Amino acid sequence: MRTLPPDDPTLTLFSILREDGTADPQQDAFLPRETLLAMYAQMLRIRRIDERMLGKQRQGKVGFYGTITGQEATPVATGLSLSPEDWVFPALREAAVMLVRGFPLSTWLAQVYGNEADILKGRQMPSHQSGRAVNQVAWSSCIGPQIPQAVGAAMAAKARGDRSVSVGFMGDGATSQPDFHAAMTMAGIHRPPVVLICQNNHWSISVPTEKQTASATLAVKAHAYGLRGVRVDGNDVLAVHHVVKEAVDRARDGGGPTFIESLTYRMGPHSSSDDPTRYRSQEEVETWAKRDPIARLERYLRTAEILDDATLEGLEAGIRAELDAALAEVEELGPPARATVFEDVFAALPPHLQRQQAQFLAMPPAQLAHH
Amino acid sequence: MREITYRDALKEAMAEEMERDPRVFVMGEEVGYYQGAYKVTRGLLEQFGPERVIDAPIAEAGFAGVGVGAAMTGLRPVIEFMTWNFSLVAFDQIVNNAAKMYQMSAGQFSVPIVFRGPNASARQVGSQHSHAVEPFYCNVPGLHVVYPSTPRDAKGLLKTAIRGSNPVVFLEGETLYGAKGLVPEVAEDETIPFGKARIAREGKDATVVVWGRPTPAVLEVAEKFAREGIELEVIDPRTLRPLDTDSIVASVKKTHRCVVVHEHWPFGGPGAEIVDRVQREAFDHLDAPVLRATNLDVPMPYAAGLETQVIVGADRIEAAIRKVLYLG
Repeated sequence: MRTLPPDDPTLTLFSILREDGTADPQQDAFLPRETLLAMYAQMLRIRRIDERMLGKQRQGKVGFYGTITGQEATPVATGLSLSPEDWVFPALREAAVMLVRGFPLSTWLAQVYGNEADILKGRQMPSHQSGRAVNQVAWSSCIGPQIPQAVGAAMAAKARGDRSVSVGFMGDGATSQPDFHAAMTMAGIHRPPVVLICQNNHWSISVPTEKQTASATLAVKAHAYGLRGVRVDGNDVLAVHHVVKEAVDRARDGGGPTFIESLTYRMGPHSSSDDPTRYRSQEEVETWAKRDPIARLERYLRTAEILDDATLEGLEAGIRAELDAALAEVEELGPPARATVFEDVFAALPPHLQRQQAQFLAMPPAQLAHH
Repeated sequence: MREITYRDALKEAMAEEMERDPRVFVMGEEVGYYQGAYKVTRGLLEQFGPERVIDAPIAEAGFAGVGVGAAMTGLRPVIEFMTWNFSLVAFDQIVNNAAKMYQMSAGQFSVPIVFRGPNASARQVGSQHSHAVEPFYCNVPGLHVVYPSTPRDAKGLLKTAIRGSNPVVFLEGETLYGAKGLVPEVAEDETIPFGKARIAREGKDATVVVWGRPTPAVLEVAEKFAREGIELEVIDPRTLRPLDTDSIVASVKKTHRCVVVHEHWPFGGPGAEIVDRVQREAFDHLDAPVLRATNLDVPMPYAAGLETQVIVGADRIEAAIRKVLYLG
């Protein structure tokens, strides 16, 4: 049996930014100022959107919300590493990749409200957004099915001979699913241009990673499938960007798939329906708070004199204005027209649904139940 | 017209569609080098190569999911399950993903995919190889469910399935693969629309609705009744979703009696759905309760002598028909 060397990239943790905000000079790519600021601005933007929208859920304005607080680095780094033709098969915490890739915030928020401006016609829960404009598909709530789908999309790209790359996301819990195993197996056999990214945030609702697997790391599983694997500090946006961009570029150039474990931490609840104080310690949360990806990059940017108070204030004001405007646009809209529930079940409205629709519309609308 | 087997009719449909449309590919267990566990994909690997006839690892959820992803991004996969029994491992990909993706994305991502393979009992293969899965899949909005009983229908319906924009559950009768029948010449490029029943035999005394594997047994029973001077009308809906209710109801309005014959278990399913539609839409025309002849409501036994009892056969079909005709 081959023993992996201790410095195997699936066992170590690739990082660039230290917790104090200084960068490892061996690894720092000295990215352009605009790229660094864009990373920071996008992470901050997502955090502020999440804060505001969780508040809306608490006020009863939206039914459900899942924040990604503490995990902003991976979706932002990925979004900034992709080309417009690339495909994203998200899990629960990657809806924001759409925003990073330029999807309009008001349309994205309309999906959270499920109202008449929602391009999904009120069908999907929040955190399940999708948008053809940015090639991001609808996530399936059962854990894992998007992973083989991402491999299939990449096989399709290879078959067509185009240069698009597919990125499939999952959480740590998803690596227990047969779908993960099957997707990794097929990615290894066919070597299509796919990058599979596991955001290991330590918790699947209340179940810690050590109850999901006894594997030393998740990244090390790549070896068993004949895949390239990398484990990266998911709270270090520079490191994640480096690793994801390298994997995406490699996949695009025919170098095959990569499985990336991005080690991070879910600072907030699993969703608006969860209270994490029941199963994890405050100490643990505080330890991870010190590794906050936004604060870490901020320290780096301040040291490099790329960010100062005035710039930060400007960013915050810009985000606030964007969010206020987007909410004003969509918050008070009514629900989608009730006739739309029959649409898109099939490519064309079949006769039996035409009949049902006519009968349904002849009845007065059902009243909204008040709980 | 020429006479070919149901198996070759399916193969021809795939080969012609792959020839016509480079987006079509076939994937499944044993479909390539081995030419299919039931030899339905015979010759396809040689004709189209390993990029388009893909031997999948034993991971139904995996290759079904790969197919869904490929379909969402523009290809037209034909996914073969070695038998539909094994589709239960991929149920989430079919029901939660293929069937709902178009609706969940409000029309942004269509899933033009065909899942196909042999359905129902296949002679002494036990309960885990003998499911008639149509009730599971017929319950799901967003799926088309097809189950041809003749070579001509098999070919024409599979071509329609591959050309369509919706996910299709395409059920094949394992014991029908060797059945021969007349099929139009290749040049005719015949497709058969979904939702149009075929009148397999015209008659005036009672309507028998049947699809897939039990169809030949029903036609034999109809011959027997004909010798007694009783003319049965046999209707094969061909597609269960969409279901050609109009043809069934029109026939019942003519014959005033109806028996539905199916291999799936009797609780619910398309069998019960057809009975419901007939009683709603032809109530005043019925001279007898609508009856069903079905498999027994038990998991399939292995022993040949027991399996024959469990599968719906000529005896139970005939008894149900006699009952609606009040012939004791």
